[in-house]
Amino acid sequence: MKTFLLIFAASFLLTFSASAQNFITKNGKISFFSKTDVENIDAVNNQAVSVINSQNGTVNFSLLVNGFLFKKALMQEHFNENYMESGKYPKATFKGTIADMTKVDFKKDGSYNVTITGDLFMHNVTNKITVPATIQVKGNTLSANTTFKVKLDDYKIAVPKVVENNISKTIELKVDCNYEAR
Amino acid sequence: MKLIKIWCLFLLMGIAYEAGAQDTTDIMNLLENEMTSTKDMTFYTTATFKTTRLVNGHSVENVAKGVLDVKISHRFGNLNEGFYELFGLDKATMRMGFDYGITRYLMVGVGRSTYQKTYDAFFKLKILRQSKGKRKMPITLSYVPTIAYRSLKWEDPTIKNYATSRLFYTHQLIIGRKFSEGTSLQLMPTFIHQNLVTAATDPNDFFAIGIGGRQKLSKRISINAEYYYQLKDYKLPGTQNSLSIGFDIETGGHVFQLHFTNSIGMNERTFIADTKGRWDKGDILFGFNISRVFTIGKNH
Repeated sequence: MKTFLLIFAASFLLTFSASAQNFITKNGKISFFSKTDVENIDAVNNQAVSVINSQNGTVNFSLLVNGFLFKKALMQEHFNENYMESGKYPKATFKGTIADMTKVDFKKDGSYNVTITGDLFMHNVTNKITVPATIQVKGNTLSANTTFKVKLDDYKIAVPKVVENNISKTIELKVDCNYEAR
Repeated sequence: MKLIKIWCLFLLMGIAYEAGAQDTTDIMNLLENEMTSTKDMTFYTTATFKTTRLVNGHSVENVAKGVLDVKISHRFGNLNEGFYELFGLDKATMRMGFDYGITRYLMVGVGRSTYQKTYDAFFKLKILRQSKGKRKMPITLSYVPTIAYRSLKWEDPTIKNYATSRLFYTHQLIIGRKFSEGTSLQLMPTFIHQNLVTAATDPNDFFAIGIGGRQKLSKRISINAEYYYQLKDYKLPGTQNSLSIGFDIETGGHVFQLHFTNSIGMNERTFIADTKGRWDKGDILFGFNISRVFTIGKNH
């Protein structure tokens, strides 16, 4: 009886702790690109925080908009002042889930192609997005990569006529994060 | 004994369960708090003004590191000259200037004005930066010393003239604060020294206190004003206080500044200590500054 209870309890404990895993990063890399004939604009933010829950497949991202670094200082200023209005709307977030969780075995090393759906919030606008992503499991770490496009119009980011040709209407976003189990 | 063991197990299970029940959003909140925790990050205020000049004088703003700012400024004639001079547009004086950001807190600049054929050079050093978070600072403080060289021909070439007689020195402190996204104000105590003056009774040293500010009208347009009050005993007789009102219009890499002012000069000594026009008499000049930035060096 005593042994049975012990085994029961131990197995319960083990399964629980193994399945309730959060993969976390505090320096996720998120970059974006705007390509036009006139000029290319790109910026990177290396301080995104993100959590992927391997139990229920939730995926969360959060970053400070003014953390994007540009090659040109004036672009950075305009990005914050005129386009993203980071003083008013300091954060951008994503709250979603892995749509096809069954494809991923978080206990087994490998690369898994998944679809992530959820709400992308920025510039005070929330939109539902569905993006393809690659999740790579390697021991206790995880990396997630995706590239997708967003329309400026969808997030009420207005581009004035004079610089219409300098800024693409569709911006390519790139996510490159390395997670650790916690 | 057995009871204690079972009790211990349940306790362990309880702890494990609690850890498992911790919701992702909770962890997210925890992380976000860590990220935005103002304890270990300092957020510096940016874009207190759109460019490094308010109208005639300096704003508290610097050009960014590695950025060259080419400034072309014009002042036309007096509006009260009437239609014959097309309200002053037939006349123009200009200043050509080149400003460069050496570091985030130090910029240098040179310029040449047609008015009195003056060369000027300055540097602007940010001593304090307005910030919140870990390091809190309510104001930005800059120091701007300027040297100007007036290259007009000697009034009397028959006497012995010294090159130093052509020199003017200005020391200016700028105390600025961005009060909100749209509103910024600054104070500019200024000291000017002139090596040679016309009359023996004229002072060589001038003191003035400037006040200036901007209010954004839209994301890309702001209204600016600038006023320099000259201290009574430290001014040239017959000179007026400089008052300017203008608009900043920003389009991509350009900033256009259109303004009305009673000063014709565009370096500190001329517009602070040598303004003769009077607003109430209609001695108002229309003018503009165009600023175009070029990224030369590396930003980061």
